[in-house]
Amino acid sequence: MSSVRSSRGPWLALAGPAALVALWAALASLGLFPESLFPTPLAVARGLGAELSNFRLVNDAIASLFRVTAGFLLAAGLGVPAGLLLGHSARAREALLPLVNFFRSLSPLAWIPFAILWLGIGDAPAIFLIFMAAFFPVVLSTTAAVASIPSVYFRVARDVGIEGAALLREVTLPAIAPQVITALRVTAGLSWLVVVAAEMIAGRDGLGFAIWDARNGLRTDLLVAAMVVIGLIGVALDRLLVRLTRIPSVRWGYDR
Amino acid sequence: MSLPPTEALLRFDRVSHSFGAVEVLSELSLAVQPGEFVALVGPSGCGKTTLLNLGSGWIEPTSGRVDRPAGVRMVFQQDGLFPWLTVWDNVRLGLRHLADEAGRIRQAGVLLELIGLTAFRAHYPHQLSGGMRQRVELARALGGGTDLLLMDEPFSSVDYLTRLKLRAELARLLREQPRTVVLVTHDIEEAAQLADRVLVLSERPARIRDEVHLKVPRPRDATHPDVVAAVHRILTELGLEGDAEPPAAASRGPEIDR
Repeated sequence: MSSVRSSRGPWLALAGPAALVALWAALASLGLFPESLFPTPLAVARGLGAELSNFRLVNDAIASLFRVTAGFLLAAGLGVPAGLLLGHSARAREALLPLVNFFRSLSPLAWIPFAILWLGIGDAPAIFLIFMAAFFPVVLSTTAAVASIPSVYFRVARDVGIEGAALLREVTLPAIAPQVITALRVTAGLSWLVVVAAEMIAGRDGLGFAIWDARNGLRTDLLVAAMVVIGLIGVALDRLLVRLTRIPSVRWGYDR
Repeated sequence: MSLPPTEALLRFDRVSHSFGAVEVLSELSLAVQPGEFVALVGPSGCGKTTLLNLGSGWIEPTSGRVDRPAGVRMVFQQDGLFPWLTVWDNVRLGLRHLADEAGRIRQAGVLLELIGLTAFRAHYPHQLSGGMRQRVELARALGGGTDLLLMDEPFSSVDYLTRLKLRAELARLLREQPRTVVLVTHDIEEAAQLADRVLVLSERPARIRDEVHLKVPRPRDATHPDVVAAVHRILTELGLEGDAEPPAAASRGPEIDR
């Protein structure tokens, strides 16, 4: 059902992070590593504040979010129609599903060399890599969802006179919506993972590049600061997309 | 048996149907008169549902001829409601053929009132009990305004008491909005309680083994002597009951005949 909300307020949810920071601080104070290799929470907080106030991290976050949004929307915009096609046609499935499965099993990171060779550095290679990561899972999930629509819905549609394009709009799409939304949530998370890797190698900005840049400068405090921002944005993205599952007309797909 | 020459609403003329090598129906003839309630019972897998699918035009017979009216509405076993639509919108779906929106809204209101679910108009199917869902199905089918309703084990997915209530509900709805009904069911008591005529089908390929007419007017109780006698006769015909002790009504020669 809906997310877990305890009557104790948000305090319990903060206990985990607080404990982690405490453990981290304790470990750092042991001095097992020099501070340049194992930054203290305080140093990271300071670095985070500085990078936010000079807008470097903000600009990096915007760059990464732009790439993820573009690549993800491209993948969803092409993947859902492709899945509709495959779901409706057994012949298309037979011909194309092996290919889709092949590319889905291929790590998108394997495309990094070609992405750079073909598209250079910047937005384009990152968007391409995100697309390669997200497109195939979206196609597969949509295909499966379409193929498993109970035939009784189409019989009812025929009885009441829904036909042609209306069939897609009024039966197929609402019937697959819950499964497709779940797939989009998963692939959005995947896209967020991929953009960091893409920018580390094929970027001149973005959060992935911030990680790489911090590593090159041995600024582990900034490295952790970038990690914190990446994780928080990832959680926020999922929170945003989970709202789609609260739409009343798709709740049936999750409640039973 | 010979078919009466009257204007049948649904007529099967020597219909055969096969799925691959499996012959499901063989030379079956059947005529359903306007306003009649016909129930089909028989062993599972004997082709009852195929018969309905032919009646609705969902499939075409391998040979023979099916004459059906233009509009046919089907009531399904379960989950025929669109889960993404509210009760209100599901009922309105059945009214798509009505041209004007105002008429649709008015008619949907009437139908919801009829099934007593006005308070649940904003609910989604998964928020309703099985019995309520079947009532919405009935309302949606009635909304079609078609003369012919085909029902494929509409009450098989609910518990016995709910089933009894739904039978009464269906009988009441048909009194208020008369329709011609063909009901496929494995529930012999349901068939005998609801129908004017019960056709007992044989094993595959389905033939009509027996035809039981019930003359008592509908609606009737499940325990009406004629209903009990009809159940006995059908069970005997299906080889599921010995003729040890025929029910009283049967022995006094009830209004059941061929």
